[in-house]
Amino acid sequence: MKIFVISVRLTIVLMVLCSGLYSVVVWGIGRAAFPWRSEGSLVVRNGRVAGSALIGQEFTSPRYFQGRPSAVGYNAAGSGGSNMGPTNPALLARFSDATTSAVLLGDQVTTGTVAFDSVSASGSGLDPDITPANAGQQAARVAKTRGMATEAVQQLIREHTRAPLLGCLGPARVNVLALNLALDSASAPMKSVIGK
Amino acid sequence: MITELTGVLVTIALWLALGAILGRYLASALQSPSERGVPHWSDHLFGPFERVLYRLIGMDAEAPMTWRTYAGWLLASNALMALFVYAGLCSMGQLPLNPDHVPGMEPSLAFNSAASFIANTNLQHYSGESGMSYFGQLFLLMFLQFTSAASGMAVFIAVCRALRNRESANVGNFIGDLVRSIVRVLLPLSLVTAVLLMAAGCPMTFKGAAEYTGIDGTSGRIARGPVAALVAIKHWGTNGGGFFGANSTHPFENPNYLSNMLEVIVPITIPLAAVWAFGYITRRRRVAAAIFSAMAVILFTGAAFAMWQEWRGNISASALGFQQPLGNYEGKEVRFGVMASAWFTAVTTATSCGAVNNMHDSLTPLAGLVPLTNMWVNCVFGGVGVGFINMFLYIVLTVFIAGLMVGRTPEFLGKKIEVREVKLAGLAILAHPALILLPLAITCAVPAWNNSTNPGAHGFTEMLYEYTSAAANNGSGFEGLNDAVGQPWWNISTGLVMLFARYIPIIAPLAIAASLGQKKTVPESVGTFRTDNVLFVILLLGVIGVIGALLFLPVAVLGPIAEFLSQIKGVVR
Repeated sequence: MKIFVISVRLTIVLMVLCSGLYSVVVWGIGRAAFPWRSEGSLVVRNGRVAGSALIGQEFTSPRYFQGRPSAVGYNAAGSGGSNMGPTNPALLARFSDATTSAVLLGDQVTTGTVAFDSVSASGSGLDPDITPANAGQQAARVAKTRGMATEAVQQLIREHTRAPLLGCLGPARVNVLALNLALDSASAPMKSVIGK
Repeated sequence: MITELTGVLVTIALWLALGAILGRYLASALQSPSERGVPHWSDHLFGPFERVLYRLIGMDAEAPMTWRTYAGWLLASNALMALFVYAGLCSMGQLPLNPDHVPGMEPSLAFNSAASFIANTNLQHYSGESGMSYFGQLFLLMFLQFTSAASGMAVFIAVCRALRNRESANVGNFIGDLVRSIVRVLLPLSLVTAVLLMAAGCPMTFKGAAEYTGIDGTSGRIARGPVAALVAIKHWGTNGGGFFGANSTHPFENPNYLSNMLEVIVPITIPLAAVWAFGYITRRRRVAAAIFSAMAVILFTGAAFAMWQEWRGNISASALGFQQPLGNYEGKEVRFGVMASAWFTAVTTATSCGAVNNMHDSLTPLAGLVPLTNMWVNCVFGGVGVGFINMFLYIVLTVFIAGLMVGRTPEFLGKKIEVREVKLAGLAILAHPALILLPLAITCAVPAWNNSTNPGAHGFTEMLYEYTSAAANNGSGFEGLNDAVGQPWWNISTGLVMLFARYIPIIAPLAIAASLGQKKTVPESVGTFRTDNVLFVILLLGVIGVIGALLFLPVAVLGPIAEFLSQIKGVVR
């Protein structure tokens, strides 16, 4: 019947246009104008890919700033959140456990003072950021572990705190990978002096 | 809090402005040049290319159609596309553009996915980065994202035409409307948006996952792909099906606050523009303003309530002593904040988008009532094109009830509303709660199908939300529900719900409008019930509240309200 023959031709024409031509044009513009971003904003250190500027990764050592809890263990090939409801006992238990972990790591926090994003999981499990308050509560522990002055660490936090968009839209945030890379660079000169 | 609130207010202002501009454009560009009478600049720009397409398709795009013919073309073309995609999904393993070697989909999941995307729902019982190849994302799913959106816009224009008609049975040409929607609206807007998203950081590559070794010793793979192209049409077409499982919470799908503003403005822009376009096409801009007002009241009231509840934070956590100065942070992303997340939740469920920038399963109980309510009434701007025509059903009923109250024959835009129209409207409106409550009841009766991962009332809400989302053609979910691999019941039941819920409310208004279009116009007199004043808006909201929302009060109490009450009583279940 005419309807089905034309529907087949319609399907083919629109598929070539919308899936083929459109994708190629977008890809071409991306390659030309945003080559680094198109490939995933990959951060390279010492010739190896150390992660992405946009994707969170796991930090467990006390010398580094910790990211938020992740329901997928920062598996960047399998994103997801905890999907736990607000009254779920397992969720409330995790809030308490995360506070205890922070204390064990060296942060001076209690249930009443802990930055809430440091005990709550992100929606994607790959949140690259923490709040400035969260960074602030980790500053003393990081400084002590690295033998740096707390003020120097806080200065680094300030430098890596991204202000709200146009100064007035949305929240401020701190990219954990960028901050930790800056920490390593700041610590390195000291290490080379000691090495001599 | 100030910067988060300011961000949302600026977002709303930009949306309203963009919707007004696009409304004017849609009114002209979506009509065929011959019916418009006067040429429009988009004819010069896109006309020649469209004529090439019509020749390739083999169709005369000016040939008139009755509503039956139009609906026939809609169903036939959609069915064929869905079948094609179903076959493709099953055989993804053998198709190209598959660098991460993803296998083909299991049949019930492929059925669910094909049905989901042709129904503009984009309910995803799979996770994009592990369950889809790049070919599948672009040539199967994104293809349906364009065509399903365009199908909705086509029927919208047909309805507007019919409402403007005087004693004519011609509602337009489906192929012409479909092609114009894609070529003049969806493609250009998506292209611009994709470029903006790439500038924000969305990847657009055909390379496979990237291996990395983190500076603290952990190593892994970072999934990426041709993301920007898909995300653009995902939002413009109120589709909502993300490239990644985590949807717009994923940093590659929504990298920063600017991309978030874009992704929350875009899905509700064509639905807003459609209201204004209706006003221009039928030359009844005051009626359009009344319709806009009713939609805006529901949208802003719900959004404000959700933002307030989320900002207050999780009451159960507060009871344990936790301070939440930035609100309920579980399932949220730092770069958006809680206020922009609550606004996104309201917008994505008022429309039929369904993309998420925070995990809805972790919303506070009363905030979770807002997306549910938006989907239950299903007429707050709604999907591209179909949102307006769903509101049209409520308008028919409102006008009918008002006519009963004053003892006059009901009429809308000068046409009498008679038995046939009211019956169709009533049936179409009741289909929606039927498609939610009946499958839900069946599911609750079979323990093996109760796949919630959250205990208590919240688990019930998970199942309620899934059927609500399917019936509203939304596609978001409380993702703690285990509806993924190996769940034929959930795949098949939601698949059928999505299909019925898509095509009944899309064809019924077309039939009603066409019926009105064949009638004579009744001259307006001093006794005519006006559909462009405050009284009408109040009455419309009342009808929506009673018919649309009251039906769901029992399940609202069983789920979200019960959970809230248990929170404040301190009894954690």
